[in-house]
Amino acid sequence: MNPRVSIFVTCVVDQLFPRVGLAMADVLERAGCLVDFPERQTCCGQPAFNSGYHDDARRVARYFLDVFKDSEYIVVPSGSCTSMITHHYADLFRDSPEWLDRAKQIAPRVWEFSTFLVEVLQITDVGASLETVATYHDSCHALRELQIKEAPRKLLRHVRGLELREMDTAEECCGFGGTFSVKFPGVSGGMARTKIDSIVRTNADVVVSVDSSCLMQIQGALSRAGLPTKTMHLAEVLAAR
Amino acid sequence: MTSLPEANIERTLADANLQLAIYASTGRLMDKRKTAVSAELLPDYQELRTQANAVKKHALDNLDFYLEQFETNVQNVGGHVVYCRDGTEVADFVLKLAKERGAGLLVKSKSMTTEEIDLNERLEHHGLHAVETDLGEYILQLAEERPYHIVAPALHKTRYDVADIFTSKLGVEREIVPENQTRIAREVLREKFLAADIGLTGANFLVADSGAVVLVENEGNARLTSSAPKIHIAVAGIEKIIPRAQDLAVFLKLLGRSATGQHLTVYTSFLSGPRRNGEIDGPDEFYVVLLDNGRTRLLADNEKRQSLYCIRCGACLNICPVYRKIGGHNYPWVYSGPIGAIITPQYQGIGKNPWLPYASSLCGACAEVCPVKIDIPKLLLDLRSEVTATHPKDQKSRIERMSFRVWSWLMTKPKLFEMAGMAASTALANGCGWLRNVPAPLNIGPLRAWISQRDLPVPPPKSFRQLWRTRPNK
Repeated sequence: MNPRVSIFVTCVVDQLFPRVGLAMADVLERAGCLVDFPERQTCCGQPAFNSGYHDDARRVARYFLDVFKDSEYIVVPSGSCTSMITHHYADLFRDSPEWLDRAKQIAPRVWEFSTFLVEVLQITDVGASLETVATYHDSCHALRELQIKEAPRKLLRHVRGLELREMDTAEECCGFGGTFSVKFPGVSGGMARTKIDSIVRTNADVVVSVDSSCLMQIQGALSRAGLPTKTMHLAEVLAAR
Repeated sequence: MTSLPEANIERTLADANLQLAIYASTGRLMDKRKTAVSAELLPDYQELRTQANAVKKHALDNLDFYLEQFETNVQNVGGHVVYCRDGTEVADFVLKLAKERGAGLLVKSKSMTTEEIDLNERLEHHGLHAVETDLGEYILQLAEERPYHIVAPALHKTRYDVADIFTSKLGVEREIVPENQTRIAREVLREKFLAADIGLTGANFLVADSGAVVLVENEGNARLTSSAPKIHIAVAGIEKIIPRAQDLAVFLKLLGRSATGQHLTVYTSFLSGPRRNGEIDGPDEFYVVLLDNGRTRLLADNEKRQSLYCIRCGACLNICPVYRKIGGHNYPWVYSGPIGAIITPQYQGIGKNPWLPYASSLCGACAEVCPVKIDIPKLLLDLRSEVTATHPKDQKSRIERMSFRVWSWLMTKPKLFEMAGMAASTALANGCGWLRNVPAPLNIGPLRAWISQRDLPVPPPKSFRQLWRTRPNK
């Protein structure tokens, strides 16, 4: 049986890092999924929710629930957006039973990419190969809201030629935090620099994460510091062969 | 309205020595905690947290009952309970008592609750001198600063700073060895203990079923403060109540470990009432001052009531990446870090520091280490929505509100969203990769803030949806 997977690429990947979405589609197809991209999709509503604009967030969330209502599986290249849908929609719709019900119905079908591979498809070796030394950044919402710690690491350990080297602050926030990054730029930038110090200490060539927005923050800081270290979304690593 | 102390935050970030002091000290406390609660050393850590949360919830849901029980039991052992609405009432009570007993000197052990109401300043204003006896607090009293951290008040001071403070304020020879500095403080403070008429402490727990005040400390100064002078006053928030002495088996296991990684602190004192006939130690008079100061307002809200579960261990400060950058003094009140960010707006009103709930990347590390499981990120999110609901009138807030309105509309119009993306891509497309600058007309607001710290990704010529349309079927 080939699972039917609708990919929700997130607004960040759609607009800024389309190659991550393409890589995810490739990996899912190679794993035997029938992948479709519902073209009406946009965003999960998290930016408004996290900034305190719940009405605006609800408008976008209702739209999301409508676009994906018939999807069998919804796979997302982001822990943060996944958690928005599976955890925070319930809070957002606490006063509207009809939408709360729809949010609860969709939640079990929404999967963060690495967890979908490991837990649903039960695949840890996707047949990828990449000659590199990688370090994995635990993005906060994936780690603490979805308890994603082992799945991405299992997948990385099975990539031929890749050495996984842990950094000492893998679980420390990169400082992105959505609008936090521009409301408190100095603090956010300082957090990013603490993070890249730790990355540099590993001597890794590449930083891997399951969230493109963390990687945008980390790559932005690496690039500003003139460091050669690159960032890659897990999907890009797994698509490499 | 108190606005964001941007310049002060910048100064803290730019001070390399201070940054190192904060990062190293919080890091040490964090590491010690991590070891102390590890599965090998404390296998039932998660169960203890669940239990602590349940006890606190029960105690606060039934606070009226337990406060009465506590009061009765304190009276039964010869003590007195005094209820105070705010700092003024606490100061009035202490001053009146001091006047009646002819007291001229007061010694104090570390207490965040008295910091919260500026008690020292209030007493000093009326001529009653209060001396801090916790080493960190004493250093800060000499330096005329407020605590930098809930547990380690002088965390930002290096031993060289302390040497300078002692030299200028005590007139002693410059001394940079911490042990010798402690000896200097000890000599001064020993005199104060012996001369003081009143000892004033806080309280870590108030035990309802026995009327006991429990104090947890490492220096022994709280025990001296509560036993050497003739009068002992303990000032505590009403939320410090726990139902039974046996609940301490849960809380004492968690408090020391979460705060400093200690299995137990060096001293744990159970104080119930004044000295009885035939006893050698203890005060002649024993008072417990129960402070509201906004707490009943939090109690009224079912969701936010959990903010009162806090046992002031400071673990959320140590692990908070924001606290570790901006330190304790940039928070507008004595309570700093994540716990400060949620209780300050609730105690003082959401309109006073509307920026505070936003001073977090919502990384959730605080909730992970909280021994009583306060869902701090959720409360921050709730408070943010309260801030926007007040419709702040400043220009920045108005622009932001309008932007999100437009954005949310755009996000339900995929075609327009696509076109907006293409426009942004064209505007920034001067090559590919990462930009160090953005062209002048765009160098405003969020883009300017972003580019001040990091390079900016150039939106690629084609978005995912555009690439998907031409993707060959595999």
